[in-house]
Amino acid sequence: MSAYKIIDHEYDVVVLGAGGSGLRAAVGLSEAGLKTACISKVFPTRSHTSAAQGGISAALGNMGEDDWRWHMYDTVKGSDWLGDQDAIEYLCKEAPRAVVELERYGVPFSRTDDGKIYQRPFGGMTKNYGNGTAQRTCAAADRTGHAILHTLYGQALKHNTEFFIEYFALDLIMKNGECKGVIAWNLTDGTIHRFRSHITIIATGGYGKVYYSATSAHTCTGDGNAMVLRAGLPLQDMEFVQFHPTGIYGVGCLITEGARGEGGFLVNGKGERFMERYAPNAKDLASRDVVSRSMEMEINEGRGVGKDKDHINLHLDHLDKEVLEERLPGITEAAKTFANVDVNKQPIPVVPTVHYNMGGIPTNYKAEVLTLNGSEKTVPGLMAIGEAACVSVHGANRLGSNSLIDLVVFGRAAAKRAAELVKPGMAHEEVSSSETDKCLDRFDKIRNSSGATKTAELRLNMQKTMQSKCAVFRTEKTLKEGVDQIRKPYEGMEDISVKDKSLLFNTELVETLEFDNLIRQALTTMDSAYSRKESRGAHAREDYSKRDDKNFMKHTLAWQSDKKVEIKYRDVHSRTLTNDVQYFPPKERVY
Amino acid sequence: MVQFNLPQSSKIEVGKYFKDKTNSKNLKKVNVYRWDPSTKQNPRVDTFEVDMNNCGPKVLDILFKIKNEIDPSLTFRRSCAHGVCGSCAMNIDGVNTLACIKSHTDIHGDLNVYPLPHLKVVKDLIGDLTTLYKQYESIKPWLQTEQTGKEKEEIKQSQKDREKLDGYYECILCACCSTSCPSYWWNGDKYLGPAVLLQAYRWINDSRDGDKKDRLKKVADELKLYRCHTIMNCTNSCPKGLNPAKAIGSIKKMLATS
Repeated sequence: MSAYKIIDHEYDVVVLGAGGSGLRAAVGLSEAGLKTACISKVFPTRSHTSAAQGGISAALGNMGEDDWRWHMYDTVKGSDWLGDQDAIEYLCKEAPRAVVELERYGVPFSRTDDGKIYQRPFGGMTKNYGNGTAQRTCAAADRTGHAILHTLYGQALKHNTEFFIEYFALDLIMKNGECKGVIAWNLTDGTIHRFRSHITIIATGGYGKVYYSATSAHTCTGDGNAMVLRAGLPLQDMEFVQFHPTGIYGVGCLITEGARGEGGFLVNGKGERFMERYAPNAKDLASRDVVSRSMEMEINEGRGVGKDKDHINLHLDHLDKEVLEERLPGITEAAKTFANVDVNKQPIPVVPTVHYNMGGIPTNYKAEVLTLNGSEKTVPGLMAIGEAACVSVHGANRLGSNSLIDLVVFGRAAAKRAAELVKPGMAHEEVSSSETDKCLDRFDKIRNSSGATKTAELRLNMQKTMQSKCAVFRTEKTLKEGVDQIRKPYEGMEDISVKDKSLLFNTELVETLEFDNLIRQALTTMDSAYSRKESRGAHAREDYSKRDDKNFMKHTLAWQSDKKVEIKYRDVHSRTLTNDVQYFPPKERVY
Repeated sequence: MVQFNLPQSSKIEVGKYFKDKTNSKNLKKVNVYRWDPSTKQNPRVDTFEVDMNNCGPKVLDILFKIKNEIDPSLTFRRSCAHGVCGSCAMNIDGVNTLACIKSHTDIHGDLNVYPLPHLKVVKDLIGDLTTLYKQYESIKPWLQTEQTGKEKEEIKQSQKDREKLDGYYECILCACCSTSCPSYWWNGDKYLGPAVLLQAYRWINDSRDGDKKDRLKKVADELKLYRCHTIMNCTNSCPKGLNPAKAIGSIKKMLATS
């Protein structure tokens, strides 16, 4: 494909994505003296980390006794035992240090009376292995993600990280199963760039936009995940999609779990605090999967709120005005803007809304990407972190405030591991142009699509199918229909239309490339869900309503090639990382 | 009298008219600034008739509707759609704001959508913010304090000191304020403008920062700071309800009294 002029770059490490995890990795890599490029399709502070509200978990013990082992237990239980306990141990043990580091970077955390970082209660976060509520979630009011993202961008500037902003990454450069870099398209001048690197770190976030209604940004299209699929590598646990209990009805805008952490509660159409029935102890602060299912059941059984009885009310009107002003100012504003609700006086109409992907690129706790090739193997030159990765610390269901800590702990771990593997200025080996050609052929083919179907139509078809066939509750029937129907928008790519052929900030082409990325993940999500015949965490099957540890205590791996998805499994790690803590054996999960 | 004319190539022409094809009885005329550098043509204003019966409540919903159903080549930045990422800042009905939080029901008659004023246009509604980002970098937006990196505890900060950051740390760098400021229009290359000065004040005002004096000294400049003439457009336009003019006033006061 010689029609495109290619601009070459050589870096020790390339980071794809400039959200919380990508920036934290970039800071660590720059500190280690590695020549680092950070590539992002949006300016760093536009990344979706900015939308995280409630906080970042760490057993600091600022608001009462706490222990990282308790945090670990909660995370294991939250994951419905699908999380790998070695990685969860690493996450929870490293968490306090990571939060202190963020504070010392300058994050404007809210404060306790004695000037320490303020911590609030959050869903599933308990004391002493499930006995009582822990205050573990460190907060900067309800704008914690915004505060962290801006601070990390500042740190990256301090360390002179080289940014390539508004570059859209197209594909990984692979050679004999190793990653040698990445190809990207510079939107602002239309040029194509080839980045050679010893390690490529994927930090491209989740793919919430496969669904119609999601709290995710429009940019959450899982571009890195799709690059991994195209490189012939698997994605893991894609069936586990988190529905956040409180997205604003009809809009999808997030209302933080911190709203319930500060004392808010859910009420059905009959005026009942129904969570007392489903989770007698934790009530409104049960795990997100539990709360979302309970809400759906209330709605399905005719006890919803509103004209169509199709949503639930979140009450904050009993809280002190000061609490709302000091700790929940952002959602007070959002409720006004998007639901025209004054939270001091009225409840917020909410409904479970797609929020987070537990699944993603399989990695170990050092952020190295894994695949199955006879046995479990790492993929040289490739790492993944943040929502794009599946370490797996969140297993079948992530606890609120565990995602922000995941970003910084594994962002740092990736940088540390990269510094062990790469010495500054190491020579790059030759890579034939065939990989570049393959990537640009795809790009060129999509760019010159001259069919009759708009990208927006196919995207809507995909989103509606995911929304109706792969939702909170799933059955054999809906999933089978889903498996068939989700292939229609994939086939529709054959007749797709891209009218704008220009290379300069061609967002029609960007959206089409993003659709190509999304639809692959939709296929793997639907097929992974169909294959898992049990209920675990966010994957609730009405026809297999129990967890089945005998057959499904394992991670799903899904390879995608054209319309075909191949499913295999790998065992969940039944070990911890060190002797500081014992393995938590599976037991019944009640809140 | 001297007359100032725009160069011929900058004159905005009347663009295409996209007539409604849905037979809707509830139409809104949406006039959108268009410019594609690859065509070498003048900028133009296209008019779209949009069916308001099947449209979300915000201006961004209208833009999506146009892009998805009428003209896929319409180009604008967008991401979170919930007012936190700052991507979709543009000039709507004569005011700089975020398209994702601006209700179109507030706007009577035709809707006019332009890029943020006085930026170099990249394409359609996308402005070039490179200069503003460089200026942001120049104020060193990171905590400067003596530390080893091995500390095990956070730096203590009283609630009272933390409160001083409220109204400043929330800035999302959307640039609505700076691009509404006439001083920034004239001297944008030298005057830091309200967004960056607000950010500067956020760090000057952080009790944990050890570099207050130097930070103040660095902005105490005829052009960087004192081009602010308290016009207040910045505060009026901030979609997050922040007050950059107050931040600038506070910096000036600190300098006057230090």
